[in-house]
Amino acid sequence: MSATTASRAFQPKDVAASRALGRRRRLVDQLVRVFCIIATIIGLFFLSSIMVTLVWRGIATLDWVTLSREFQPTAYGDPDAPRGGLLHAILGTLVQSGMGIVIGTPIGILVGTYLSEYARGSRFGDAVRFVSDVLLSAPSVLVGLFVYQILVQPVGGFSGIAGAVALSILVIPVVVRTTEDMLQLIPNTLREAVVALGAPKWKMVTLVCYRAALSGMVTGVLLAFARIAGETAPLLLTSFGNNVISWNLFGAMGSLPISIYQQANSGFPDLIQVAWTGALLITLGVLAINIAARILVARRK
Amino acid sequence: MSDSTTTPSGRLPRRRGAGSTGDIIFEWMCRSAGFLVLLLLGAIIVTLFIGALPAFREFGFDFLFSTKWDPVEGRERFGGAVAILGTLLSAIFAIILAVPIAFGIAFFLTELAPPWLRRPVGTAIELLAAVPSIIFGMWGLFIVVPFIQRNIQLAWGEELSAIPLIGFLFQSSNFAGTSIFAAALVISIMILPFIAATMRDVFDQVPAVYKESAYGLGATRWEVVSKVVIPYTRISVVGGIMLGLGRALGETMAVTFVIGNANRMVGSVFDATTTIASVIAMEFPESLSGSLQQSALLALGFILFIISFIVLATSRYLLRSRLKA
Repeated sequence: MSATTASRAFQPKDVAASRALGRRRRLVDQLVRVFCIIATIIGLFFLSSIMVTLVWRGIATLDWVTLSREFQPTAYGDPDAPRGGLLHAILGTLVQSGMGIVIGTPIGILVGTYLSEYARGSRFGDAVRFVSDVLLSAPSVLVGLFVYQILVQPVGGFSGIAGAVALSILVIPVVVRTTEDMLQLIPNTLREAVVALGAPKWKMVTLVCYRAALSGMVTGVLLAFARIAGETAPLLLTSFGNNVISWNLFGAMGSLPISIYQQANSGFPDLIQVAWTGALLITLGVLAINIAARILVARRK
Repeated sequence: MSDSTTTPSGRLPRRRGAGSTGDIIFEWMCRSAGFLVLLLLGAIIVTLFIGALPAFREFGFDFLFSTKWDPVEGRERFGGAVAILGTLLSAIFAIILAVPIAFGIAFFLTELAPPWLRRPVGTAIELLAAVPSIIFGMWGLFIVVPFIQRNIQLAWGEELSAIPLIGFLFQSSNFAGTSIFAAALVISIMILPFIAATMRDVFDQVPAVYKESAYGLGATRWEVVSKVVIPYTRISVVGGIMLGLGRALGETMAVTFVIGNANRMVGSVFDATTTIASVIAMEFPESLSGSLQQSALLALGFILFIISFIVLATSRYLLRSRLKA
């Protein structure tokens, strides 16, 4: 076979053909390369377009008034009317997301611990891991529907606590994933050393493994917080939104994403302006948390 | 394991015993937390189904195929066909737009980019995934929608609809710009980072020896990727695309802003329509508790849950080899 290819390659006609082939291969390669660079630029372009738009439109009212006042109806046509702010929404988001984290994190850590320390290779563990992974990407609006059915409908009203529960359901799979991943990175020799000293397994997990995996687990909680702080759909069906500061967990409660949603769709330019500022605030907050989480992981490595 | 070990000394077993009580409690706590996760999934399915029962009883299988959606009291009539079709079409449309770009980014990050550029570009793409859905919605409504309206519909609408055979796809019946095309475009940007990150991770897992062998034979980069990397990773690549599809199906706020929310069947890419998630977000907070409308919305939610569960489960199954590695 090698003899035939060699003899063929020396025929002049085939040299021309193979040159053409070589040119075509190089051309295709170049085209694909250009396409990939363009694709990357498109991806980066969208991110920068979003950031530039948010800053451009939102920075004008990013001031103390917005941060310290509650919602005000539109001042359209009345230049003396006071401008509204987002304080009620910021506080509502912090309260509900904070409670969501407080409820969801312990459960997520326990599930992650179970998957990493107890369920290696077990059927039940595989099922839990599978379901947790599906819940990680499940539509959040359906979590809102679920919580509406169990906590809003029977009680007869929207409540901040229902919002917090909905958010905690979104927290659990994120924390499960990072906790399990981080615990699996711990070398088994460390576990064996602890057990060899006579410590029971629960002490090995809580006092040694958790400490070794701490920064990774904190990262998971930070990422979970960043995710739920921007969630809108589940809150729309559970805590509904409120235009004044409310500390009553059993009544409707405002939140930043819902304020943005309502004011952006209001049609009044001054309310839309406040919505842009809210959007800038939440995006900066979420991206800052994400970058902080990344730095935390990078430092560990 | 070592609980039953007997020791000659009297003190040791007691201390072991105390430890094992703690062990039993801790393991039981972890196990029941795991059980809670399973319970959660079951509870979501059952609750949605119970809520949906009145609508399923009233309309039967017709609910899946009827396009009527009339919440006015006295002549209530609910059919989910428009929302179901809108969900599927917008998600598939978004996948078609997102996959080539995501592949380009993954190829760039694994083969083309110089090492110093890989981390910052990769991080920027991942940050795109962190931007909340509502922000994409606002950006879509105030930037993408006017762009489509002015620079595509008004500028090229006639030329596009004059294309033989496929021209009807670009017929403009409304010039608002809010359309299934705007929705698909925004969704595709949102799922881009998920697909790109999965592809990048699986491309990175191809053993270097395989790629080096191909390069050694004189293959170009594209030939290495198309003939070595993709065949090696195709199952995981499909898994990544399914993950993006699962996310696209359930996208709510961004879609609600840009799709137009009209209960109309789509005939062209510039038509306004609706999706399951956006009809729930639009109508559920304002519907009467216990009404037939609420039940119909829960029925749509149940259908969405089933569809996205199947897609996400398939994705998870296809990606399992990557997860093990």
